[in-house]
Amino acid sequence: MPELAPLLTFARLTIWEASRRKLLIAVVVLTVVVIAVTGWVFTQLRYQNGPSGGPLVGEVQLRLLASQLLIFTVFLFAGVLSLMAVLVAAPSISADVESNLVLAMLARPVRRSELVLGKWLGLAALVVMYATGAGVLELLVVDWATGYVPPQPVQLVVYVAAMGLVLVTLTLLLSTRLAGMTAAIIPLIAYFMGWVGGILGGIGHALGIQALSTTGVISQLLLPTDGLWRGAIYSMEPAAVIAGLRAAGTVGAANPFAATDGPAPAFLAWTVVWFAAMVALTLWSFRRREI
Amino acid sequence: MVDLQERQAAAATAAASPAIHCVELTKHYGRTVALAGLTMTVPRGEVFGFLGPNGAGKTTAVKLLLGLIEPTGGEGWVLGQRIGEVVVRRRVGYLPELFRYQPWLRAGEVLRLHCELARLPRATWTAEIARVLDLAGIADRAGHLVRTYSKGMQQRLGLAAALLGTPELVFLDEPTSALDPVGRYDVRQVIHHLRERGTAVFLNSHLLTEVEMVCDRVAMVDHGRVIATGTLDELLGGQACRVRASGLDAGQRRSLSSFGQVEDDGEWIVVRGLQPEGVPDLVAEIVRMGGRVYAVEPRHQTLEDRFLQLLGEGHA
Repeated sequence: MPELAPLLTFARLTIWEASRRKLLIAVVVLTVVVIAVTGWVFTQLRYQNGPSGGPLVGEVQLRLLASQLLIFTVFLFAGVLSLMAVLVAAPSISADVESNLVLAMLARPVRRSELVLGKWLGLAALVVMYATGAGVLELLVVDWATGYVPPQPVQLVVYVAAMGLVLVTLTLLLSTRLAGMTAAIIPLIAYFMGWVGGILGGIGHALGIQALSTTGVISQLLLPTDGLWRGAIYSMEPAAVIAGLRAAGTVGAANPFAATDGPAPAFLAWTVVWFAAMVALTLWSFRRREI
Repeated sequence: MVDLQERQAAAATAAASPAIHCVELTKHYGRTVALAGLTMTVPRGEVFGFLGPNGAGKTTAVKLLLGLIEPTGGEGWVLGQRIGEVVVRRRVGYLPELFRYQPWLRAGEVLRLHCELARLPRATWTAEIARVLDLAGIADRAGHLVRTYSKGMQQRLGLAAALLGTPELVFLDEPTSALDPVGRYDVRQVIHHLRERGTAVFLNSHLLTEVEMVCDRVAMVDHGRVIATGTLDELLGGQACRVRASGLDAGQRRSLSSFGQVEDDGEWIVVRGLQPEGVPDLVAEIVRMGGRVYAVEPRHQTLEDRFLQLLGEGHA
């Protein structure tokens, strides 16, 4: 059984490495710049005057617009987070094995499982820290600029963080066997395919094409990122938007930036099972790896 | 009370057990045989040289003994515990052949990490790190990032890490591969220091002169098998004398076997097992038979001679 102390040592080492390699500072600076730019965009909406001299958009319209713009902005952040998660996790185990760095560490009284779980925990902490920090800051800026706060801000941050965690988990599994570059490309392609799969599923659902619907469901089960992204969208949509989408009927389901319903409890339960299965597979894969 | 007695009995068994004992330890990588049944015993407190040409399975043996990889067959015990047991690694130090440490850490931080992983009491870390940095000769560079270290410096850092926590057994896998002559001398001093402290050292090397200088006992491996093992005296088989002489026919040269085992390459005659006091008699005999002597070199057989001889026998 893995013990907690060495596991936490490896987790701390992973976070330490990210900060020493100036990755954290680069990501934080870029994120703050992007948030500042989106803040400027949102203020333009609010304070731009129309032809009559009054505000270009009214308060209700402004909130609706803000809610839609926020969805695009969060999509951008989720993309950055996913990319970062993959790029940091991909060399995490493979580079240490290739450079023989693991030899000296694993010759200590530690288990391979402690190294794997520690690295996962460290990477997960980085993802959660980024999702929370960037999410809260962005929501505060949007609130300050437009007065709009999405209906379920906590769920939003949880869903976006979970997307990052899915990618970290899949990438770490691949990193036990594949070189950094390959271990990064596969999850990124899977991420985009999952997104496209979700759109196809939506179209299939809207048009009643069973094969496409099934494709969407299968892609969500294989990689739950798109299902979680739907959850993030749902938590950002004001009641009026949801009502409008529902009124539009099945057509609303085909929009990749809209969601008529939150994720089903069965899907969320599956996501938990997916995490457990991937981590178990990672432990098994690294235990059998020759070093 | 029974519990205490059991613990004491277990401790006594552990202390009496050899540093390393393995029986038919085997490792296959697919169809490649890296180690083909390693059987040997390394006593506690000795410096044990593990010699072999490249690809003989030396590093594989070390990785198996440390539990870094799983054997395909056979069994082994390190410090009285089965190989692969996590706890035994608390009492073992290891300098890998292909050493590498986190380039983004400072040397002192690498050692702190290893103190933490080795589960040393936190209160001892600072003194322990200062001690091993000093032993490895890099105390003045402890605050520098590992990425600024030369290869030799990194090997010294690896040596320092292997010495942390007063281990009972230290594996050094080609410990001088990146070091200059001064570095090699320093490593020999460290090995002497470990021997004085009663630490067993398992030295993997193909640098035979180095092994000859520090080891009490050696095992020679080739193609994943031990081809000879013993103390240096046992392996080298005593003295030898080399004579360059002309004017003797083949029969006369063969007749010198009364002095010892004769090897004759046409120019030089090597007589093994000849004590130094027998050398004048050998020369007198050659002269008596009408031979002309140009050079006489009484000497030890070197480990290299013996090693090449054994490899030759193995391949014949």
